[in-house]
Amino acid sequence: MAHATDTSTGTTRRDFLMLATGAAGAVGLGAVVIPLISQLAPDAQTIAAGAPIDVDLAPIAEGQAIKLFWRGKLIFVRHRTKKEIDEAKAVDIATLRDPQTDEQRTKPGHEPFLIIYGNCTHLGCVPLGNAPGDPKGDFDGWFCPCHGSHYDSSGRIRKGPAPLNLPVPPYAFTADTKIKIG
Amino acid sequence: MSGHSSYVPKTGIERWLDARLPIIRLAHDSAVSYPVPRNLNYLWTFGGILVFMLVAQIVTGIILAMHYTANSLMAFNAVEHIMRDVNYGWLLRYLHSNGASMFFVAVYVHIFRGLYYGSYKAPREVLWILGVVIFLLMMATAFMGYVLPWGQMSFWGATVITNLFSALPVIGETIVTFLWGGYSVDNPTLNRFFSLHYLLPFMIFGVVVLHIWALHVVGQNNPTGVEVKNVQKDTVPFTPYATVKDIFGMVVFMILFSWFVFYQPNFMGHADNYIPANPAATPAHIVPEWYFLPFYAILRAIPDKLGGVMAMGGAIVVLAFLPWIDTSKVKSMSYRPIARQLFWMFLLVCIGLGYLGAMPADEPYVTISRILTVLYFGFFVALFIVGLFERPKALPTSIADAVLASANGGSAARVATAAAAEPNVKG
Repeated sequence: MAHATDTSTGTTRRDFLMLATGAAGAVGLGAVVIPLISQLAPDAQTIAAGAPIDVDLAPIAEGQAIKLFWRGKLIFVRHRTKKEIDEAKAVDIATLRDPQTDEQRTKPGHEPFLIIYGNCTHLGCVPLGNAPGDPKGDFDGWFCPCHGSHYDSSGRIRKGPAPLNLPVPPYAFTADTKIKIG
Repeated sequence: MSGHSSYVPKTGIERWLDARLPIIRLAHDSAVSYPVPRNLNYLWTFGGILVFMLVAQIVTGIILAMHYTANSLMAFNAVEHIMRDVNYGWLLRYLHSNGASMFFVAVYVHIFRGLYYGSYKAPREVLWILGVVIFLLMMATAFMGYVLPWGQMSFWGATVITNLFSALPVIGETIVTFLWGGYSVDNPTLNRFFSLHYLLPFMIFGVVVLHIWALHVVGQNNPTGVEVKNVQKDTVPFTPYATVKDIFGMVVFMILFSWFVFYQPNFMGHADNYIPANPAATPAHIVPEWYFLPFYAILRAIPDKLGGVMAMGGAIVVLAFLPWIDTSKVKSMSYRPIARQLFWMFLLVCIGLGYLGAMPADEPYVTISRILTVLYFGFFVALFIVGLFERPKALPTSIADAVLASANGGSAARVATAAAAEPNVKG
C-alpha cells in the first residue's frame, strides 16, 4: 500500500486527518450535549417567578407562624415568644452541628421574627411546629416527621439526620413590620 | 449450550425467508428446541412471569398515557378522569398500579431464587449483572410512575428521593436543581418524569433482550447447580416442557394479580395519595411504596445524610459484585449447609427491614434498623468468609443422576468429593 508518507517525521497525512477528524468530532459532540443538558436547568419562566416579594408581618401575633412561597420554595415566618428567643440565645454554639448564633439568623432589632426556608435540610420534608398543637421537637422549634430531625427555636439542627440549619433566605426589613424577600 | 440448529423449514415460503432473515429459526432455536435442565422447579417460571408483567405494564401504560395529562394543575384530575370517565379506565389503572407491585413481587422471587441456587456464579456473572441493571431501571421507572398521579405521596416521595442527590458533596445541589428544573418539585419535574417513565420500560425491554441472550449463551442454572453435561440425558426441549410450565406459573400468578386488582386494588397504595399534592404540608407519615421499604429503612438507619444515601445505594450495588464476593465454587445452597442458613437469615433481615421501613422514625425502630442494616451487609461478608472453609455436601454427578436419585428415593449416584469445582461444560 502506497502511503503519502512524510518519512522524515514518521507521521503521515492520514494520521493527521485521523486526529483532526477525531478532534472535530469530539468538539461537535460536546456542542450538541450542551443544549441537551442545559434544558434541564430552571427555565426563564421559573427564574422570572423568583422576583422579590413583600410580606407584612404585622398580622402575625406573637407565638404564631405563617408559611409562604418564594421561587416555589416554602418559607416559614415565625413571630417568636420571649421564651423561644431566650432559649435560642442561651445555646452554646460550640455544641451545634452547624454552628450559628441566633444573631446571625435574625436581623438586629427584629429578633422576634425568624424567617427561614421551610424544607428540612435532610430530604426536603416540611417540619411540623407552625400550627398550634403541632409537635415542636425537643428544642421548642420544629420536628420533621419524615426522618425525625429536631430544629430549635432558631431553626438550627439539633438532633436527627439533617446536616444543616434551616437556611435563612435573602431578605431585608423595609419598614418596622414589613420585609422584602429576595 | 444448544448444539446445531434443529430447525427444518417445511414450506417453500419458510425456506425462502430462512435464507434471507432466519427469524423463524431464531425463534425455534430459542423457544422451541432450546434445551432446559430437566430438574427446573416452579421458581424458574418467574423469568417468564416477569416478561409477561413487563408487557402488561407497557400495554396498560401506553393506554393510560392516552388519557393522562402531565401538568401539575391537571394531573391529579386526569387520574380521577381515568378512574371515573374513561371506559374501563378504572381497570386499566388498577392493572397498571397493582401491576407495578406484582412486577416487584415477581422480581424479588426471581432475585432470591438466583441467590439461593447460586445463579450469579461463573459463567453467569454478566447475566446476573444485567439483572441488577434491570432491577435499578425498574426502581427508577416505578418511582417516576408513582409521581404521576400528583397526590401527596407522589409529591413528597419525589421531594425526598430527588433530595437524596443533594447529599453528594459540591455538585449535589446543582444536580437536584437540574432534576427539578426549578427550585422545588414542580411542573417541570412532573413533565420530565412522565417522559422518562414512558422511556425507561423500553430500556428495560432492551436490557431484558440482553439478559435472555446472555442466558441462552451460558444456559440455565438449575436446583442442583451442576452444569448440563449431557444434553440428551440432562435436558428437555423448551417446548412443550418449559413453555407449558411457564404458562401454568403465569396463570397462577395472574390469579393472585387479579385478586388484588378486583378485591384489594388499593391495598398496596397509600390513602394519602388521593389527596392532591400540597407543597406546604408533608403527610405526617410518609413512606415509599412497599418494594422500596427495605432500602428506605437502611437510609433512615444511618444518622448521617451522605452516609445514609451511600448505604442505601450500596445495598443495591453490592448485589452486582456478588459473583466475586461469594468464594464458594458450589452454586446451589442445597449443598451448602452454612450458607443456606445465612440465606434464610438474610431473607428474614430483608423482610424485617421492609417492616421497619414502614414504621415511624422513632425508637425502638431506629435501633433495630441499625442492627438489621449491619446484618444485611454482614451477609455479604459472611458469604465471602464461609466459602473459604465450608464443607459442602456431596453433589450429584449430573442433573440426570440427581433426578433419578430423588426418583428412586436413594442416594445411588452421589460422589464423595463435591467441593471439587465441576468443569463448566457447555454442551
